[in-house]
Amino acid sequence: MLGKLTWQAIPFGQPIPLAAGALVVLVIAALLIWVAAKGYIPYLWREWITSVDHKRIGIMYCLLAAAMLLRGFIDALMMRSQQALAFHAAGYLPPEHYNQIFSAHGTIMIFFMAMPFVIGLMNFAVPLQLGVRDVAFPTLNSVSFWLTAAGALLVNISLVVGEFARTGWLPYPPLSELTYSPGVGVDYYLWAIQISGIGTLMTGINFVTTILKIRAPGMSYMRMPIFCWTALASNLVIVAAFPILTATLAMLLLDRYVGFHFFTNEAGGNAMMFMNLIWAWGHPEVYILILPAFGVFSEVVSTFSGKPLFDRRSMIVASMAICILSLCVWLHHFFTMGAGGDVNAVFGIASMIIAVPTGVKIYNWLFTMYGGRVRFSSAMLWSVGFMVTFVIGGMTGVLVASPAADFVLHNSLFLVAHFHNVIIGGVVFGVFAGYTYWFPKAFGFVLDERLGKAAFWCWLIGFYVAFMPLYVVGLEGMTRRMQHYDRAEWYPWLVVAGVGSLIILCGVALQVAQLWVSIRGRAQRRDLTGDPWDGRSLEWSTTSPPPVFNFAVLPTVTSDEPYWTIKQQARVRRQLVTPEPEYAPIEMPRNSPTGFVTAFFAVITGFSLIWHIWWLVILGLIGAYVTFVAFAWRDHTEIEIPAEEVARLDRANRAARAEALALLEERPR
Amino acid sequence: MSTDALRLSADPALGTAGIAPVHVTGHGAGGPAPKRIIVGYGFWIFLLSDVIMFSAFFATYAVLFKNTAGGPAAHELFDLHNTAAQTAFLLASTFTCGMASLAVGHRNQKWTQIALLVTGLLGFAFIVLEIREFSGFVARGAGPSRSAFLSSFFTLVGCHGAHVSVALLWLGTMMAQFYAKGFRQDIRHRFLCFSLFWHALDIVWVAIFNLVYLVGVLPPELLP
Repeated sequence: MLGKLTWQAIPFGQPIPLAAGALVVLVIAALLIWVAAKGYIPYLWREWITSVDHKRIGIMYCLLAAAMLLRGFIDALMMRSQQALAFHAAGYLPPEHYNQIFSAHGTIMIFFMAMPFVIGLMNFAVPLQLGVRDVAFPTLNSVSFWLTAAGALLVNISLVVGEFARTGWLPYPPLSELTYSPGVGVDYYLWAIQISGIGTLMTGINFVTTILKIRAPGMSYMRMPIFCWTALASNLVIVAAFPILTATLAMLLLDRYVGFHFFTNEAGGNAMMFMNLIWAWGHPEVYILILPAFGVFSEVVSTFSGKPLFDRRSMIVASMAICILSLCVWLHHFFTMGAGGDVNAVFGIASMIIAVPTGVKIYNWLFTMYGGRVRFSSAMLWSVGFMVTFVIGGMTGVLVASPAADFVLHNSLFLVAHFHNVIIGGVVFGVFAGYTYWFPKAFGFVLDERLGKAAFWCWLIGFYVAFMPLYVVGLEGMTRRMQHYDRAEWYPWLVVAGVGSLIILCGVALQVAQLWVSIRGRAQRRDLTGDPWDGRSLEWSTTSPPPVFNFAVLPTVTSDEPYWTIKQQARVRRQLVTPEPEYAPIEMPRNSPTGFVTAFFAVITGFSLIWHIWWLVILGLIGAYVTFVAFAWRDHTEIEIPAEEVARLDRANRAARAEALALLEERPR
Repeated sequence: MSTDALRLSADPALGTAGIAPVHVTGHGAGGPAPKRIIVGYGFWIFLLSDVIMFSAFFATYAVLFKNTAGGPAAHELFDLHNTAAQTAFLLASTFTCGMASLAVGHRNQKWTQIALLVTGLLGFAFIVLEIREFSGFVARGAGPSRSAFLSSFFTLVGCHGAHVSVALLWLGTMMAQFYAKGFRQDIRHRFLCFSLFWHALDIVWVAIFNLVYLVGVLPPELLP
């Protein structure tokens, strides 16, 4: 009846996972009870769960990412403390548990923290920057989000029911084959990633279409904000790379479920083919994450330097060059496979070439700051911290891109230090900069700057203290994923790294405090002008938070920096608003529970596939099909916002613009 | 695009010069595209991603082609008569799908339904032949678990078959929608996507026909 699922799946004998699982279940249950008791469920259902508004979906993506950041960070603390304790000792985490933790840490941080965070920022900002009302396919957007959340839920269910993979964040065969991983851990991984991967692919399709086909009148390609360009590059890579992931994991699933021989040791299977296929997705994935972060930095650096971005054109070319090159370097993840000196050389050189467009970007940001009136707010601090940290990470990257050096450094902690150097210093700092930058636009009040800056310094210092020692022990020969060790020279470095993770913990705590303090004091921190940073692109021309339709009348774009141009003209004319337009009713897509219901059936199907509950699989698939037909059968897909309502909301915006003009006159040109 | 090269714009919310001529450059400056273009374009991007997924399976098949592990090789298994019949059914169905597009264009319910029904029957016949071929292989001890070559063969061709099966389900839903709701704009957009999907599956089949079946029946000594 329940397949492989029995009471043995709950880890009663293991205190740490049991306590962690119980805590998570309790927190979620308490949250649900609190929400229900307060009577928020109808509000949440109406305004958020069924929302197809790109801003709401973006915010939910970021919330999911923040929650998963905490989960993944707890895993990180456990690993750092284990290694700090496990010199000539067993530490407190048994090997099979430690293996699950490093696998879960990588999986969660990449798929359920970094991806949702960058996709959330894109969701929120891209349509606003393009000066339009929504993405190309709003309901599909909601489906994407809920499928991502479904994947995250499955990974977290594995904490309580069964186990997670012990194979690392990429399940290399033959270890991940049924022979060597007979448990449900790898299946949890595979189905969670398949489900969320489909969501990500849909996001890619949605955003490529949005950016290329839906822009405000006058916004030619070269006038798109840089964040939109990098989002385009990132989503093109999603469309090109995620199908490979789906295909690869499907093959591993066929191996595990029905005895195929793609990657097995027997019957002609080829495990190295898995490395090629998974990295043909996996390397582009790195750029899917970092490109939108580059876009955030471009927006932030330009805004807080009070200057147009230095040579936009080269920034665009560099982004698109990275977009293409990212698909041509995957083999550098396994130089040691033995493809031969010539093949390794080609991929080594291709990898080093990526440093060129990236270097162009760094200089663009530096020259943007040069001669500018730089305001060191916390968003700007994240950006400057990124520039320094990312250059170091980039240089160690060029180092390991050399096949000869890689043969020594492969699978060592040097490599772990390198990719944390670029992912924390690049992606994480980038999403934090974006979070700080767009928070007032999303919620109508600014975050506390003092706590934000303190959090930045803890993260920056903590990062260096935690990861520079890993470069050293990596050079001393320490391999990754060691549960215990007996080399005395490594020990002090790993203790220092543990201290570093505690400094980062202070940073995380300060960020939580920042959010709390800012929400409590939101009445004093209101952003009434809709333009708290003296911004340059169109999102700052509407209210904070924007109305559901974003713009009462689609703006007409006449320059690279539309809102800046408007403000410049307004200074001359001493008038930011023009006579009131004829307001027309606006058609907006109706809210739809399709995304939530689809994700519900996806979780049912995924869970029952993991535990071999076949009747439930069939039920889940039928449910998904019925949802699809029910959605297709709707007669009313849009609601009309009456002209009076549009007028009322826009008059508020116009009043805010008038106030912004008063501020403008105080500001230096 | 060229007709609105000079567009008058009133841009009150933002307070540009009120009415200012905007030069539409032809570089995507003409404002949001119409819904039909957006839907079709998005679906093309999806097809692109689907083709990339197929190419991963094609690449895998190419790598594992010779890994027969002592089991039957391609030239001992494939029967081109079956494949020819399958190809004929699928190509004919693409023609009738085109007929359905014409009928939808003329808002002709009867011919839309007939053309879609014939398309579906041809697609169904294709699937039946494929199932027959697969079960024949399994009966001869050449199932997907026999060797890596057969794993990759069944996955590549089966993935195409699964696409056709899902498309049949979609086709049935499409027919019901035309019947119940008529030629509403959003349903016609959906049909546009369906016909793109159906034709794309044909293109993938042409690749399978050539790279799997025609190459497969070559005597091994002719292969590199």
